[in-house]
Amino acid sequence: MKLARDTWLVFQRQVLLMVRTPVWLVVGVVQPLFYLLLFAPLLKQVLGAGSYEEAYRIYVPGLLAVLVIFGGLFTGFSLLGELRAGIIERSRVTPVSRLALLLGRALREVLALMVQAVIITLLALPFGLSVAPLDLLLAYLLMALLALMTSAISYGIALLVRSDAALAPVVNTVAQPIALLSGVLLPLALAPQWLRSIAEWNPFYWAVEGMRALFAGQVGDSSVWQSLLIVSVLTVVAVWWSARLFAERVR
Amino acid sequence: MIETTGLRKSYQSRKGRQATTVDAVAGLDLSVAAGEIYGFLGPNGAGKTTTLRMLATLIRPDGGEATVAGADLRQDPAGVRRRIGYVAQGGGTTDTVSGREELVHQARLHGIGKAEAGQRAERAITAFELGEFADRPCQTYSGGQRRRVDIALGVIHSPGVLFLDEPTVGLDPASRAQVWQEIRRLRGEGMTVFVTTHYLDEADALCDRIGIIDHGGIVAEGTPEELKQEISGDVLLVGLTDGDSVEKAAGALRGEPALHRLETPEDGGLRLYVRDGASAIPQLLRTLDGAGVAPATIQLQRPSLDDVFLARTGRSLA
Ligand SMILES: Nc1ncnc2c1ncn2[C@@H]1O[C@H](COP(=O)(O)OP(=O)(O)OP(=O)(O)O)[C@@H](O)[C@H]1O
Ligand SMILES: [Mg+2]
Repeated sequence: MKLARDTWLVFQRQVLLMVRTPVWLVVGVVQPLFYLLLFAPLLKQVLGAGSYEEAYRIYVPGLLAVLVIFGGLFTGFSLLGELRAGIIERSRVTPVSRLALLLGRALREVLALMVQAVIITLLALPFGLSVAPLDLLLAYLLMALLALMTSAISYGIALLVRSDAALAPVVNTVAQPIALLSGVLLPLALAPQWLRSIAEWNPFYWAVEGMRALFAGQVGDSSVWQSLLIVSVLTVVAVWWSARLFAERVR
Repeated sequence: MIETTGLRKSYQSRKGRQATTVDAVAGLDLSVAAGEIYGFLGPNGAGKTTTLRMLATLIRPDGGEATVAGADLRQDPAGVRRRIGYVAQGGGTTDTVSGREELVHQARLHGIGKAEAGQRAERAITAFELGEFADRPCQTYSGGQRRRVDIALGVIHSPGVLFLDEPTVGLDPASRAQVWQEIRRLRGEGMTVFVTTHYLDEADALCDRIGIIDHGGIVAEGTPEELKQEISGDVLLVGLTDGDSVEKAAGALRGEPALHRLETPEDGGLRLYVRDGASAIPQLLRTLDGAGVAPATIQLQRPSLDDVFLARTGRSLA
């Protein structure tokens, strides 16, 4: 109860700060838009897709997954900024729940990324994307969990390295293989067997598979429940890990 | 209100392959009574912030015991947090929100309801005279305005004990005076205030009691008057002309019966501690004259807290 109230309090404040500096929204939407306009035509050729609709059905879920995975992974910078400014320290000398301090911030990131995801989905519709509303909602749930997980991971890394200069290369190094091995740009169905075997150990690969199934209207596909399960479990683990680090390391 | 025994904290730092340990706070015993302004005076790196952060539950001590406002630091850190206010050395306001929004949010973090938080913010704005700027973003505040907001944030929940880490660093004399006035007002309301500073005049003018800290330990404690009385007598500052060496003058004066103590500060000249300055001057002048030293200036001073620090540590704070 107290946790919920405190989290809500921190979340509200974070959302207020975000609304006051809305540049993130422009950057967050314009970049994927470029991919949508400039990369998708290429993809259509490569995949030999008959129509844009078909190309988008494969491409948009991957694009959204990249957006939440990367967006989440880079949120550690804002935590470092607030630590440096003494804002976190000030909240820690109050009875507010420590977990709420972290969770409220991570949920702000989830909200920001979901707003971007919705805008991109809407923008893709006129280009021929079509997806059933319920499937889309389920895809959003999966994305929200992904965003929460990667934000938590990013906070954890930020608390470990403790410096902007170190955070960027570490996050990039983590993100690169994750992105390549999840088949976000091109489906790994095109990949040689050995690459696919490695990818199967990458939870984000399962997430992207689940997303693609949902956008393709195959809600009953086993990849859907598998991805939801895998991502849920990992989200809990990631939040637990970063919350523990936060309680231990922030001093 | 605050009692500590043997409070310790050390930091490991690595320089290349060599690990060094810094004893930031090394066995601190202190006792602060309810309703007093206790000044923690010490040079940079003495361990002031580390002590404060331990007492405010931000870092865990390596050893020792402490009770703050009746709650045990180790057993009941949450109880300590409920009863204290803490204003960090660097403050901590968010650039894009206003002072009022910060005050309301801080109150809510303390578990205060929305309506009540708004009223408290309003009262704080009146009491700290923040009205002129309270509704602008914090990034537009001057240093002094920001510091007053910091302090208002620290007391928004009416704590029994307030920790202030160097509240007046970087402020002009008028703003410092205003901050002192706020601190006295808070004491007047019954709050115990624990303030760190490395300004001698601040410790002297503001604090009821002072602990002088150096290298993580208390080297002297008492009211400003008690501390200064400890340095009995007067201080003579002797300025030398360019031609005369400090060593020569010091050599001549050592062994003078009127002299308790002689220091040679880095900025030149001599600092002589004598029982009765006025009557010692003629004799000291004769001695210097005999050694062929002609002082350029002589000043008679009452001892300051710096003299206390100098006497205890052999270094000067000023
Ligand atoms: N996180 C840390 N890691 C390593 N050493 C530290 C750390 N924090 C403080 N120290 C060291 O502990 C000692 C005491 O530091 P502290 O900040 O308590 O001093 P201070 O009295 O507040 O000084 P100032 O007047 O400069 O604020 C210093 O030598 C400092 O370098
Ligand atoms: Mg300090």
